[in-house]
Amino acid sequence: MAKKTNTEDYLRMYRQMVRIRAFEDNANQLYLSAKMPGLTHMYSGQEAVAVGICDALEATDKITSTHRGHGHCVAKGAEFKQMFCELLGKEEGYCRGKGGSMHIADQENGNLGANAIVGGSMGIATGAALSAKLAKTGDVAVCFFGDGATAQGLWYEVMNMAALWHLPVIYACENNGYSEYTRTDEIAAGSLTARAEAFGIEAHKVDGQDVLAVNELTERLIARARKGEGPFFLELATYRYHGHHVGDINREYYRSKDEESEWKENRDPILNFGVWLTGEGIVSEEELAEIRAGIRADAEAAVAYALEAAYPDVSEVDMHVYAPNDAA
Amino acid sequence: MREITLSKAVNEAIAEEMRRDPTTFLIGEDVAEAGTPFKVLSGLVEEFGTERVIDTPIAEPGFMGIAVGAALTGSRPIVDLMFGDFIFLIMDQLCNQAAKACYMSGGKLNVPLVLRTNLGATRRSAAQHSQSLHALVAHIPGLKVALPSSAYEAKGLMKTAIRDNNPVVIFEDKLMYQEKALVPEEEFLIPFGEANVKREGTDITLIGTSSMVQVAEAAAEQLASEGISAEVIDPRTIVPLDEATLLESVRKTSRAIVIDEGHQSFGTTAEIASRLNEKAFYHLDAPVLRMGAMDVPVPFSPALEDITVPTAEGVADNARKLCAGEMIHAA
Repeated sequence: MAKKTNTEDYLRMYRQMVRIRAFEDNANQLYLSAKMPGLTHMYSGQEAVAVGICDALEATDKITSTHRGHGHCVAKGAEFKQMFCELLGKEEGYCRGKGGSMHIADQENGNLGANAIVGGSMGIATGAALSAKLAKTGDVAVCFFGDGATAQGLWYEVMNMAALWHLPVIYACENNGYSEYTRTDEIAAGSLTARAEAFGIEAHKVDGQDVLAVNELTERLIARARKGEGPFFLELATYRYHGHHVGDINREYYRSKDEESEWKENRDPILNFGVWLTGEGIVSEEELAEIRAGIRADAEAAVAYALEAAYPDVSEVDMHVYAPNDAA
Repeated sequence: MREITLSKAVNEAIAEEMRRDPTTFLIGEDVAEAGTPFKVLSGLVEEFGTERVIDTPIAEPGFMGIAVGAALTGSRPIVDLMFGDFIFLIMDQLCNQAAKACYMSGGKLNVPLVLRTNLGATRRSAAQHSQSLHALVAHIPGLKVALPSSAYEAKGLMKTAIRDNNPVVIFEDKLMYQEKALVPEEEFLIPFGEANVKREGTDITLIGTSSMVQVAEAAAEQLASEGISAEVIDPRTIVPLDEATLLESVRKTSRAIVIDEGHQSFGTTAEIASRLNEKAFYHLDAPVLRMGAMDVPVPFSPALEDITVPTAEGVADNARKLCAGEMIHAA
């Protein structure tokens, strides 16, 4: 598929990135104001990764997500209302309040779910690709994971099989520089791309703050994966604006405020894409401001709705432990 | 009716279900041309090809994870785990992923997957190839656990497992692969959660699982010659557990011994005994006894290994004491 060139495509990607940021800003406020049970992990700063990749996918393509998964969920087509309901443990949430932030899943849009085990979904994404190959659906699977997950042995086991069997899966490593509270260079020896290449897997490095670069590369690889040329590995250089989770406020012992400011001011994926869009004359700054304001209002309305929404009835506590079997 | 081995019964069940449902496939180490070390799957790759009988590298967490992902997306994988002891390698994929996907998604996702593996000591294979670890997985909500006690159960339970929409773990007794039993030629399934009363009796109930059903039956035979009438029950699945049939029997006999090859502490015998105590307390004339494997890693030496698992003599001995009104404690 050729690089996207029409205004509609550009604005869809811009909108989706703004939607992720708006979702996260509201989720953070819900935590800070003690309205959200538990805690959550913010995706802010990494929007170009989820949007650049998911915009290259069809609804039937599958993704697996991580504990930092709101961005993937939005980018794959989820709605604010059901997402906020899930974060607040409400009945109308995507998982009827049983999964929460770390397990949000939206199977109708191909999101097989966030996963609270670091690296836990690497087999699942690879298995989704095996299903697609066996059933000849032409679907692909994208496995999102962080740099921290590259330390898990499961990745090497499934990359080996994916390469042996030419599975249509893309391993997308969002390298945000930190494995929880530790710098990635302290936990990762050698090069990440070399690890994939050792299995004969074609590996690419891309600027994860540049939505067009991410999207263009992904579209090319997805088209090839559909033809049986997979798997592929992508290392996306990006940055996490917040701490490991919303409660990780004082983080100067592992990274400086200057470093955070540098990424936020000069490498923000939304700001930079907006500048590019206006510079190219595709859209005016006023139109972009209008888009942002509209999305902010949508997010706030969804939060207000979710706060008032009902909790699941206590009778649901032992529902869904097992899936029903068809009557014989 | 013809007699076939347990190995053949499993093979037939899988072949029939793979013919019936094109979304099923087999995956594991040496499942194709080798047909597993126990030769249970021999011939399947010739019929179904390497697309549906998939040999993997020695990477249990990897192929288990792949099977979970395939099950979430329209396939019905049958995973072959060469030895039950290797279940520790796949615990995250089995217990954190497969078991919880349905619940965590509010019922939107499900994992129709069969994990077939084995249990059983006295094969002189020592501590890492002899364990009976079904209680570990029975502890995790979201998993079903089947324990076939003969070729007949092995076939009927396997077919039900493959059609179930949930992750099912089947533990076959690896010492029974060559044992024959009557198995009908025509199709049959054994529903989960239905215990089988193998022998009726009035004085004591012997509840045995898997290989311990034979032990219980042999003990019952011995006791009959002494005038003690023992009822023998095989639960067949421990999740779901047919509590009603067990309770009905114990209310009738007033005494029970639960026999299982897993370690005795915190195990299957403890769970069943506890339920009988809670729900049939006023019908009991003696404490419900547990007889599991000794709480030691399985030793290699035959002289040591043989004394770690319950025997018919041991069961009969305890049954005699219970029926004689001697309040005893489990060994």
